[in-house]
Amino acid sequence: MDLVELKALAAAEQAKFKPVRVNCCTSTGCQAAQSLEITKNLAKAVKDRGLGDRVEVVGVGCMGFCGRGPLVQISTDDQLFEAVTPDQAAGIIASLDGGSTDAEVGDVNHPFFSRQFHIVRKNSGKINPDRIEDYIASGGYQALYKALFELSPDEVVTEITQSGLRGRGGGGFPTGVKWATVAKMPEGQKYVICNGDEGDPGAFMDRSVLESDPHLVLEGMAIAAYAVGADHGYIYVRAEYPLAIDRLNKAIKQAKKYGILGSQIFDSPFDFKIDIRIGAGAFVCGEETALIHSIEGKRGNPRTRPPYPAQDGLMHCPTLINNVETYANIATIIEKGADWYSQIGTEGSKGTKIFALTGKIRNNGLIEVPMGITLREIVEEMGGGVPDGTIKAVQTGGPSGGCIPAHLLDTPVDYDSLTKVGSMMGSGGMVVMDQTTSMVEVAQFYMDFCREESCGKCIPCRAGTVQLHSMLTRLLAREATAADLETMAALCAMVKEMSLCGLGMTAPNPVLSTLNYFRSEYEELLQPMPARLQNSAVTAS
Amino acid sequence: MSITTLKINGQDVVTESGKTVLDAAKEAGVAIPTLCHLEGVSEAAACRLCAVEVKGTPKLLPACVTPVSEGMEVETNTPKLQDYRRMIVELFFAEGNHVCSICVANGNCELQDVAIEVGMDHSRFSYRFPDRGVDLSHPMFGIDHNRCILCTRCVRVCDEVEGAHVWDVGNRGEACYIVSGMDQPWGEVSACTACGKCVDACPTGSIFRKGTTTGEKAGDRAKLEFLVNARDKQEWSR
Ligand SMILES: Cc1cc2nc3c(=O)[nH]c(=O)nc-3n(C[C@H](O)[C@H](O)[C@H](O)COP(=O)(O)O)c2cc1C
Ligand code: SF4
Ligand code: SF4
Ligand code: SF4
Ligand code: FES
Ligand code: FES
Repeated sequence: MDLVELKALAAAEQAKFKPVRVNCCTSTGCQAAQSLEITKNLAKAVKDRGLGDRVEVVGVGCMGFCGRGPLVQISTDDQLFEAVTPDQAAGIIASLDGGSTDAEVGDVNHPFFSRQFHIVRKNSGKINPDRIEDYIASGGYQALYKALFELSPDEVVTEITQSGLRGRGGGGFPTGVKWATVAKMPEGQKYVICNGDEGDPGAFMDRSVLESDPHLVLEGMAIAAYAVGADHGYIYVRAEYPLAIDRLNKAIKQAKKYGILGSQIFDSPFDFKIDIRIGAGAFVCGEETALIHSIEGKRGNPRTRPPYPAQDGLMHCPTLINNVETYANIATIIEKGADWYSQIGTEGSKGTKIFALTGKIRNNGLIEVPMGITLREIVEEMGGGVPDGTIKAVQTGGPSGGCIPAHLLDTPVDYDSLTKVGSMMGSGGMVVMDQTTSMVEVAQFYMDFCREESCGKCIPCRAGTVQLHSMLTRLLAREATAADLETMAALCAMVKEMSLCGLGMTAPNPVLSTLNYFRSEYEELLQPMPARLQNSAVTAS
Repeated sequence: MSITTLKINGQDVVTESGKTVLDAAKEAGVAIPTLCHLEGVSEAAACRLCAVEVKGTPKLLPACVTPVSEGMEVETNTPKLQDYRRMIVELFFAEGNHVCSICVANGNCELQDVAIEVGMDHSRFSYRFPDRGVDLSHPMFGIDHNRCILCTRCVRVCDEVEGAHVWDVGNRGEACYIVSGMDQPWGEVSACTACGKCVDACPTGSIFRKGTTTGEKAGDRAKLEFLVNARDKQEWSR
């Protein structure tokens, strides 16, 4: 296939689209609320009403407003129906044909939608993720073609470097620098890995991307492989994501059939194959060296870096490892150029970021926002604020991040600002907390998670998280003293600085940030000092 | 041989390039506490005791895996490092059951040595009192998991030196333990050649030779009975 044929295929597929497309979300969230049945009923209603020549029902990926799902959207006027039930399907189709429906109509002009900016989610909720033809119709794989035939590998790396893209897996490492390192390694076997382990509690951004637009990730990986000189890629997905695995499998098969994956892609000398590896769901297996061990069939333990995977990775070969969302940005950067991309976002953080907005907030769901938007805009405008009561804090970065208090809501969302206030971007979890939330309980929740998920290789993390958790538990039972609080802070510092991998290094963050901003909540829980000592304490001070 | 010059605690040190900071310190007579490091096998960098400060790097670096570099300035015993090391040793003692007075390794234990070295006389952390079990199924050796510090020296020595790979780590986090074979009793692992290398590698009293444990003292009660009986009834044969 060449570009002319690819474009012809895209046009032909687009011509096949019926004038009205009724998009029904078939991603995990909405599937759990009977969206497959709704899709079936919608299709039946179209047939019953004889609208088959101008209306088609399309099972699409996630539309983002998952908290109000299942969602059905009409392509012609963007009309959105929320919380649809299977028996409302007939009414929705009738409304296209002069009838009426009692289905709840959503407001597509709500800030929840209007403040978003879609790069990674550009096709999500619009195309059928099970059909490569839908992806091609929306211009898919043209960026790969452009990279292979118009750009040298060096030029691709330069483009990514200049775009300012940083890793979306949490660390925020400049993607172009990583690509350049792998590209500069001597020729020979190299690998490209896509990290889809997504272990943060409450996070489902990567799942949504894989389920809604798997080809976008494959295309990003293929461009990366061309740029760094790899011919083999792995996607590591956790077993808890069966739908994502299924759609990826289908997508890889279809891409092979069209000659877009495999040998001599687009009849060029470039070969690239992708295999899926399924993780058993350990959080630590998202850490890059542990993930590589896991693919090699070994115990998923991290190892010290350096050497970094870019130099010594899978099977000791140079390996590029990036996150799902990172790869999903690539095709657009190649298509529209680094200059276009770097206009979006802030000085140090370019592009957009997807967040899973949850907690005590009106509008739950996935949002893709330009970097630099403030937490206040996200939480108050898009999220609609706390249902009743007032907001106390926003947690970002999951178990590695921290709680940002309400008075800092004007902090812009970018890598450096979030780190400065004691949290981090993380992979995109954003939990809103109201005045009823106990911050010590929040810290305990995350410490429980880290304790459970520690691989156990190094002592600061293995035993430190256990002790921190037990101190927090004692504190909540009002059995801790002021001296315990001191010891806890000292232990936090040690675990942070002495742990082997990122899990341990960041595990104390939820404690440290809540201790910093909400110290009084900790102090209120301290054991009261015995009365006979109270006086002497006063005289001593 | 190319050489590298560096400073350790202010002292100029010259060493072979490619060596680790730990090697260089040893050559210069500077002691850095270690537990998971074992001469002759690969590094795990798991105990973190050997962490040092390197000028210009905000992170603490484990000396056992950090190669020397030209002009490097290393500090091995700052107050912060002393403080952190002590905390680590406290964590080791609190996580297992270390009752030295009844331990086979008492006086011969690297964990004990390190505790003395860093001045750990009590633990600020609560003792976990785990019940991890003891495996005495092997005819010559035993393993008391309660004294195991998960340094994986046994795992590495058995795999890399003996080539038998009897040991591995099972489970994760605080539930980690050293498994033999396919998580079966040690005595049933046919791969074990009974070479004793893991006994020699183990820094604590966790893996030991049978016949050396305090618990194995068997009193000969029948002898007492015999003696009493002999004196009473003048029956002098047993
Ligand atoms: C404990 C731990 C868990 C991690 N989990 C993930 C994960 O689920 N997904 C991910 O992309 N990166 C995860 N990372 C980060 C990866 O190690 C790695 O930095 C990332 O995949 C690099 O991709 P990026 O540069 O595109 O962000 C984790 C790191 C740590 C320390
Ligand atoms: S920090 Fe935790 S997860 Fe990482 S190596 Fe150490 S024990 Fe394992
Ligand atoms: S292993 Fe060492 S520290 Fe533990 S009880 Fe025995 S002698 Fe004491
Ligand atoms: S048994 Fe001994 S050598 Fe093996 S991990 Fe435990 S303490 Fe280390
Ligand atoms: S899962 Fe249906 S809208 Fe997100
Ligand atoms: S000796 Fe270096 S980490 Fe254990």
